[in-house]
This record gives sequence, structure tokens and C-alpha cells, in this order.
Amino acid sequence: MSSVQRNMSLTGEPPKAINTPQKLATLLGMSGMFILVLAAFNINFPNKTVWLLIALSSIFGGIVWFAIAAYSNKNEGIKNDGVWFKSISSRGFLAWLTGLALTGFYIVLYFFPQFLGLTNEGKNTGLISFFDPLSKLLNGGPASQWFVYGTLYTIAILAFGIKFLKKYRHNKYERLRTFSVMFFQLGFAFIIPELMARLNSDSFSLPYYDLKNIWPLNYYNFEQYRVDQFISGGNIGLALLIFGVVSILIITPILTYKYGKRWYCSWVCGCGGLAETAGDPFRHLSDKRLVAWKVERWVVHSVLVFVVLMTTAVVYSYLGDDSSKYWLTKDAFLISVASFLTLVFLGVWIFKRKELKKDARLGAIGYFIIIISLIGFHYFSGKTLFLFEAETLRKTYGFLIGSIFSGVIGTGFYPIFGSRVWCRFGCPMAAILGFQQRLFSKFRITTNGGQCISCGNCSTYCEMGIDVRAYAQKGENIVRSSCVGCGICSAVCPRGVLKLENGPLEKRIDSNEILLGNDVDLMNYVNK
Amino acid sequence: MEHIVIIGNGIAGITAARHIRKFSNKKITIISAEADYFFSRTALMYVYMGHMRWRDIEPYEPWFWEKNRLELKKAYVEKIDTDSQTLYFKEDGSLKYDKLIIASGSTTSYYGWEGQDLKGVLGLVSKKDLEDLEKYAPNNKKCPRAVIIGGGLIGVEMAEMLRSRKIEVTMLVREAAFWAGVLPKPEAQMISRHVISHGVDLRHNAQLDKILGDDNGNVRAVITKDGEEIPCCVVGITTGVKPQISFLEYSKIEIDKGILVNKKLETNIANIYAIGDCAQQRKPIGNRPVVEAVWYTGRMMGEAVAQTICGKPFEYKPGNWFNSAKFFDIEYQTYGWVFSESRKKEYETQFHWKCNSDLRCATISYHKNSGEFLGINTFGIRMKQEVFDNWLNEKRSVDYVIENLKQANFDPEFFKSFEKEIQSKFFNQTANV
Repeated sequence: MSSVQRNMSLTGEPPKAINTPQKLATLLGMSGMFILVLAAFNINFPNKTVWLLIALSSIFGGIVWFAIAAYSNKNEGIKNDGVWFKSISSRGFLAWLTGLALTGFYIVLYFFPQFLGLTNEGKNTGLISFFDPLSKLLNGGPASQWFVYGTLYTIAILAFGIKFLKKYRHNKYERLRTFSVMFFQLGFAFIIPELMARLNSDSFSLPYYDLKNIWPLNYYNFEQYRVDQFISGGNIGLALLIFGVVSILIITPILTYKYGKRWYCSWVCGCGGLAETAGDPFRHLSDKRLVAWKVERWVVHSVLVFVVLMTTAVVYSYLGDDSSKYWLTKDAFLISVASFLTLVFLGVWIFKRKELKKDARLGAIGYFIIIISLIGFHYFSGKTLFLFEAETLRKTYGFLIGSIFSGVIGTGFYPIFGSRVWCRFGCPMAAILGFQQRLFSKFRITTNGGQCISCGNCSTYCEMGIDVRAYAQKGENIVRSSCVGCGICSAVCPRGVLKLENGPLEKRIDSNEILLGNDVDLMNYVNK
Repeated sequence: MEHIVIIGNGIAGITAARHIRKFSNKKITIISAEADYFFSRTALMYVYMGHMRWRDIEPYEPWFWEKNRLELKKAYVEKIDTDSQTLYFKEDGSLKYDKLIIASGSTTSYYGWEGQDLKGVLGLVSKKDLEDLEKYAPNNKKCPRAVIIGGGLIGVEMAEMLRSRKIEVTMLVREAAFWAGVLPKPEAQMISRHVISHGVDLRHNAQLDKILGDDNGNVRAVITKDGEEIPCCVVGITTGVKPQISFLEYSKIEIDKGILVNKKLETNIANIYAIGDCAQQRKPIGNRPVVEAVWYTGRMMGEAVAQTICGKPFEYKPGNWFNSAKFFDIEYQTYGWVFSESRKKEYETQFHWKCNSDLRCATISYHKNSGEFLGINTFGIRMKQEVFDNWLNEKRSVDYVIENLKQANFDPEFFKSFEKEIQSKFFNQTANV
């Protein structure tokens, strides 16, 4: 059945048509982008401050105006009309165009920053220097390519955040969550680190630190140059270093136990923040097939193992051998890593084995053996830790995972693969939180008795590709490692079947052979 | 190996098949002329509105059927020979069964209006209906206006679909407020206002007289009983559905409005069962109508018949009545019985509450003498089925239910709660009586 009309025109017919104010808003936003492109091509603007202000406010204003024009004259409620008809949101021509532009931008940003105006000696030019006025205002120095990226990223989250707030103005959970990601992006990821940079002087320097960016998402947090800076940064530096360790080992497990991984993935995280705002129009593009879930489990956990190995090797490489100089020696570090991983493995194996499916058990044993034998191998053969140089591991990880996976594929392909490809298949932080969420958390999505009509809105609009309906129609609660708790399944459900909750651990995963509604004897009989 | 044949791949037939597979190794064949795979009928609207693609409303991936050894056959059953236990297909060929489950569902009921066979007159029940709507109302240039006859759950879905493509919609509703034959009046009136707020030209106390066509046999206009002519290209018939049983007319299976079944869902012929929309109970169960065309009851009958077929004879004993729907942006849930003005029992008292937003309301119904809680309708507030199911089984008093209403709330976190408002209204009102 061809319900989808293959019409390439931008205007089209309702529900895919956009109204006149939306067209003007698009024009405004695009003209802002155009100024940036001109700057990238080294067009000299007479008054940089003014032109930068014009460019950025046109982009911001264009997006906000578009959102107001799109939603203001409509009743409060779900706004998915024509999602699968519009070229931009149904992998049409515009989607591919946008995808190519975004991936192109990431490739230039990561691998050819000279095209943005980065020069090795002397002052930057082009787009990067175009951002100097704002950079000087915030951190006192000239802009870098990362400052340009950070600014645009923040504008995207704020402007598309406002769009999302308009779209879901009837839903307080969605609104609070969006205010939260906007706040953390603007404050923690953008302004605070820039202001912190002002404190730096010749004698005192802290690394650029986005406090909410926790290892292993922030895979470089414990690299030598950073740790050196932390340690030389006096009490503040040391506090930051300790905070980095405490974040992943103590804060994260506690919050995830209480609220599920959503406290991070859809309320705080920057990657999640972009996915939930700018990426929202693409959430339905995620792959819902069972095979995608299988691939996801192997890939995301392999990335986690990779980052653990890489970080261990990097830290090991700069530690000393002499315990009289510093308590943490190479050996002490390696042994504590090995013991910690063994404890986690044994704990899960003893207490939670029943909850693991066959492939999860195989994976757990496999990964554990690999890590422990690599550590053991090092002791017995005296070869390089993990067979490769720490620097090689670090570079490979940075290139493959840090740049290609999270940036080029993860964000560049939003309009093709959906908004959470990185979070689902690649993010090691999501893997850790997901592991905690699946096995040690109060969070679940509760299913309301037998009210499900299998319509499929929940599954379709799940950005993580979870087949929510498969659980809901069986009356089962949804307890999945990958669920980021965005709450959209619950919002789009036409029958009020789903609710995100933190509840008691008993009956967290609850399945009835017979759904509620049928006669009581039959339910008791079958479910016995 | 016993061969179970199921006619119909809707929720009733598929639930039966899945449960039979769970409990047994029998050979199972599912026959449908409508679609290759099971789809969610209640989600047809979302395909037209562009919320989902066709494959998104199919709850199982194609490999599911083979993996569970559920054979699918696309064919139309024309005749059933109950003596030789054989089905004959319109496309030629036949199939023998050991046990037969008929789950052929519903079809739109037409009431013999003049012009009802014109092109562009359609219901919203089958896949074909969706394809027809796409054909006759693809956009507001080809179809500037549509008229919908009847204001029920399907009618409001169709209105929402057409409005999503900015097609003007006129709805002719027989009652004085939307779905007032089922909903208590204050609720029906609130829904009327909401439907109108979505740009629908909603006509109360209006009925269809006849449909006019043009020279090509397409719909041109309708004429109401008041004599008004309304030009339109599509006429949506949403005045109700009836069991789809025309193929049984010359069989020995006893039919009335639907296929007559006993409580075990057995027909008059041994080894033949009927479930879902097409089945008609010989005696009504509780307050339920003898033919129930509801997703949930179809599913529940499928669960029950699977037990019987797998050797554990079970009666279909539905628990407390429940249902849900959505009127544009307003969700509706009901648990227990809350009757409309015309069907209200003499022992039934109703308490109404409405939010100032005009987007939420609730009606709680209770026994006027004993104060026993009988049922609740909520609009714009989600409720927990399990809690109400327990309260109804425990025969709780209306005071208890209202005092503990918070326990039943199922709205998302941080949503504004209205229990206090409801409680103070209820207890003030009863104090004044």
C-alpha cells in the first residue's frame, strides 16, 4: 500500500506542508548559516562582533520562530502528523542532504580543521576567528574549533529545546526534562568551563572540564596531561580529579539505582541533550528489529571493554614503579582494576545470573576472560600491557569511537539512522548505566493491565529502537538496559498504557500469561 | 496431528493461535483475505495521518510466524461444509480442519441509504477502507470536504484523520452531544466542544437522508433529514459495525446478528468455535451486549478458546468491563459501568467533575442506596486498571474510592493531580444533600 507519497517538493500538501511564517523562519535561519559559511570562506566582515551576533541570533531566532509557527495555532497534544510523509523526517531527499552536510561538517571539524581556519602558527582565520569576539567575552582568549563547535552545539540544544518545549507543552515530564538538558548544556558544558579557563595563568592551569561529562563518555579524563594539570591545580584540581573518579564509581550507581539511567541520558548528558532536541524529529528512524537489538548488545559492550582496556593502559603507562614515591604504582593500579572487575563479575554471576540470557552470559564470561588474561599475560610474559602501546590504543579509540562513531555517524546520520545511534550502539557510559539499570535499579516502565491495543506508537517513536509494544501487549513491564527514559512512549500512547516509574524491586519485571481483563479464575489458573 | 484452522487474522484469531501454540504442538493455519500479516486495526488511522507506516502497525516481524509454526494463508473462505469439515475458497482449493475457529470480525453496517454504493462512501474497519480513504481523500484539493455520519469512536478517528490533511469535515450526529448514547451528558458535551475546537463542523441532532452522486458514480453531496445539501467527496459511515458472517449464510452454523455461541464459545456444530466481533452470546453476560466489537474482548475470547481447544474446557468469563479510546487529544478510560442518560439504571447515581481547562473530566457511578462503587469514566486522566479491577471485585464504597483515588492514578510523573479537587467537590456535594 502506498500511503507514502513520493513527492519531492518542499511545499507539498498537508500534513507535510509548512506555512508561510515557517518558510520565512527557515529563510532567516538559513541566512544565519550562510553568514557562517561566508566566514568559513574567509570573507572579511567589517565589524565581527555585530555580524557574529546577527548570524547566531538569526539561526536561533529562525528555529524558535519556526517552532512557534508550527505549534502555536494548534491544540495541545501529540504532533506527529505527516512525520512519515515529510522528506526531512522520512529519509527523503532533504534528509540525505542534511545528513551529508552534517557528516561533512564533522569530518572537517575532526580531521581538517584548517578548512575552518585553524592555523598552526599565528592567529586563526576563517570561521574560527569569526567566533573570537564571543570567545574573548567568555574565556578571555581567541576561539578554537572546539569553541565554535561548542557554541553551535549549545545553540542547537537551546533553540530546538524551545521547539520541543512547544511541541510537548501539555506534558510536564517532557518539559522538565528539556529544561534540564538545556540548563546542563548551557551551564555545565558551555559557560562554566569557559569561565574556568579564565582562572588559568602561567602558574595555574586546569584542564577544560565539563563536570557532567563522566568517564567513560569522557574517555580522555584520566590521561596524563589532564591528571598532571589536576594535580598541579592545587585543591581545586585535586577536587576535580576526585570528583571524576567518584562520579563513575559512587554517584552514578546511586542515582541509577534510584531513577534509572534517565537521570543522565535524557536529563543531563550533552549527547542525549542534542538527541532529544535537535534529534527529536528523527527519533522514529531507529531500527526496531530484533536483529538490531542483538547487534546493539554486542557492539555497545565491546566498546565498553575497549574503553576500560584503553584507559587502564593509558593510566598504567604514566604511573611509576616505586611505591615510596607515590602510593599508586603500576602494579597497585593493575591489581586493583583486576580485583574490581572480578568482584563485579562474581557479584553478577552469583546474584543475577538468572536474569541473564544466554548471549549475555557468554558475553560476560568472554569479556571477563579477555580482560583478566590480558592482565595476566602481561605479568607472565612481561610484554606491553594489552599487546599494544597505550598511545596506540588511545589514538585508535579516539579516532574510531570518539570521532567517527560519536560524531560522524552518531550525529551526522541523525536524519538516516535516527537520533540515538551513538547512545544505543556506541556509548560506553550508556553501557555501564544500562547494566546498572537492567540489574540494580528501581526504574521500569509500567504497563497498565490489559489496555494495550498493539498500535505501535510506542515502538515507532522509541529513539532507542526498543520494541516497547512487544512488552506492553503482553502486559509486561519494560526493563531494558538501553531505555533512556525519555518518556515519549508514554506520551504517544493513545490508551494511557505506559508509565515511567521508580518502584519497588519486587515484581519489577512482571509477566502474565493471561492479560488483565479476562476472568479471574483463568488468570490464576494459567499464571500459577 | 490435530489441525486447527482459524478464519481471520485479527486480534481474536491471532491471540487464539498464539495461545494454542504456547500450550500445544498442534498444526495451526490462519486464513485471511484482508492482509498478509496481523495488523493492529485500531491503528489504521495513524497510517493515513503519517504517524506510522503500514509495517509499523504490524505487531510481529514476518519471521515470527514461521518460527512459531503458524501457517498463514491468504484466501477468502466462501463456503464451509461442516459435515466433511472442509473449507472452500473463492480462489479455488479447499482445506480440511479438525477444529475450526471463526474470528472473521466486523464490517461496517449500512442502513440502506440511497446512494450508499457510490464511490467515496466508506467505513473505517478494514485495510481496504484505509486504501479507499487514501484514494478518495488524498488531500484537500481533491477532497475539500468530507461528511461523517455518526459520532462514535470510529467517527472521531476518521475526523482526526481527515483534519490532519486539512480536509473540511462535517459530522452528522444523531444525539444532542457526542456519543451521548454511551457517555453521560456532561462528558459528551465536553467532547463535542473538543471536536469542534479541532475545526470540525459538528452537527448535533442531525441525520443522513440520502447521498447524491455525479455522472461518474462518485459522491457529490449528502442531503440531511432537514433537507440541507452538503457538498462533499467522501462520506464516512461510522454508525456502527456488524459481524462479518455473510459467508456462513448457507452453512449449518447457526447465526443471528452474529454467530451464536455458548459460554465456551462453541457454535451449534461440534468442533467449530466463534470468537471476537463475529460471535454472539446466546445469553448476555452481565451488563454486556451479546455482540461485543471491542479489541479487548476479542483478545480475551482468543485466550479463553485456546484453553478449551487445548483440552481444558473453559467458559468465556470476562472480568470487570473496561475500555479506552482517544478523542483527538483527550484520552478516555472506563472501568466498571457508567451508563449514559438513556441507558442509566434506576439504582445508579453519578458524580461528575470537570476541570476548568475543559480537557479533563470524570464521572463516578455508584449505587444510590448502598453507595457501592459501580464504575468510573475518566477523560484526560490516566487510571490504573488493576486498582479499579480490585476495587470492583471487593465491592468498595464510593467514599472509599474517592478517598483513595490517588492510588489509581497512572498519569506520567510530575503531572498535575486533580484528586484533591475531585474529593472536595464530592464531599461538599454529599455534605449538602
